[in-house]
Amino acid sequence: MDFKSNVPIYLQVTADLKARILTGEIHPGDKLPSSRELALSYEINPNTAARIYTEMERQGLSYTKRGIGTFVTEDTSVLEYHREQELKRILHAFTSELKSFGYDTDDIPNLLKKYSEKKEVTE
Amino acid sequence: MSVTCTNITKRYFFKTALNNVSLSFEPGHIYALLGPNGSGKSTLMKILSGLTSKDNGEITVDGHPFTYRDKAFIAFAPTEFIFFDYMKIKDVAAYYHDYFKDFDRACFFQMIHEFSLTPDMKVRTLSSGMLAKLKIAATMSRQARLLLLDEPLNGIDLLSREEILRTILSHADSSRAIVISSHMVEELEATVDTAIFMQEGNLVLCSDVETLREKEGMSIVEKYRQIYGTTTMKEAI
Repeated sequence: MDFKSNVPIYLQVTADLKARILTGEIHPGDKLPSSRELALSYEINPNTAARIYTEMERQGLSYTKRGIGTFVTEDTSVLEYHREQELKRILHAFTSELKSFGYDTDDIPNLLKKYSEKKEVTE
Repeated sequence: MSVTCTNITKRYFFKTALNNVSLSFEPGHIYALLGPNGSGKSTLMKILSGLTSKDNGEITVDGHPFTYRDKAFIAFAPTEFIFFDYMKIKDVAAYYHDYFKDFDRACFFQMIHEFSLTPDMKVRTLSSGMLAKLKIAATMSRQARLLLLDEPLNGIDLLSREEILRTILSHADSSRAIVISSHMVEELEATVDTAIFMQEGNLVLCSDVETLREKEGMSIVEKYRQIYGTTTMKEAI
């Protein structure tokens, strides 16, 4: 994984794991790797890896069974909440980029419609 | 094993190689020791490994003054070529085994295998990348509490550098401190948890790198640029 320079790595890996959970690559209830295994698979410092599960737990995405390991939450309301947050994040990034290029946000539905029509034609 | 330097000073004739440097190395951490050539990185490592004497200051190990006994727990990989070129890799293992009580042969051959080297290869025939790997394997196979790796990534190709960093990570554990000096600042970004910046013998900054990113929004590379003063193209515009 390529890391952005100005964001803590533990947050970047947390975001990556979150995305893998929300896109269904990792399932609710799945056992997550130990923090040592996590460090090796992402090629990151073990102390950074240890912080990832603290952060995941803080966000309600995982829980720890003592002596057994860390698991993805099965709480659908938490996953739904994070799904909504991700949608907001994507839309925010999308609209603010359009804005910076001078497009009117009210015009977005039209822009999208035009774009998908064109796409159908070229396909 | 926790190693603490307090006000370490070292002079070579008229040049001050280290000036009042105070630092601590704690088990379970991986440190990047950074700075341009001549900033005192190698001198610090040589003093910590007991190869050079300091002029002033104090080194303590777990609270007691540093003595020759503590040297047994410190492994140092200098930048220089350190093997006899008539040896085979397996002879290097025997040699290290004779020299160091804490040398773990099984660990060494495992690492050699991971690096795609074989025990029968002759040191003389190894490429510089292979030599760098051999040096890492020999040093890290000691069950030392403080590992000092001076420029382990210097002069070797990208893939070998990645292999070496991966090996360092997989052999890091909560009982040992690892110090890596390097000019390949960018490649240490995810590997280390603490960055030490040196300049002309002075300690400029010792910082947790995640804190650096979180509080200042700066990577190690960006902090490096800020400290050593090159402006980026973007800033120049």
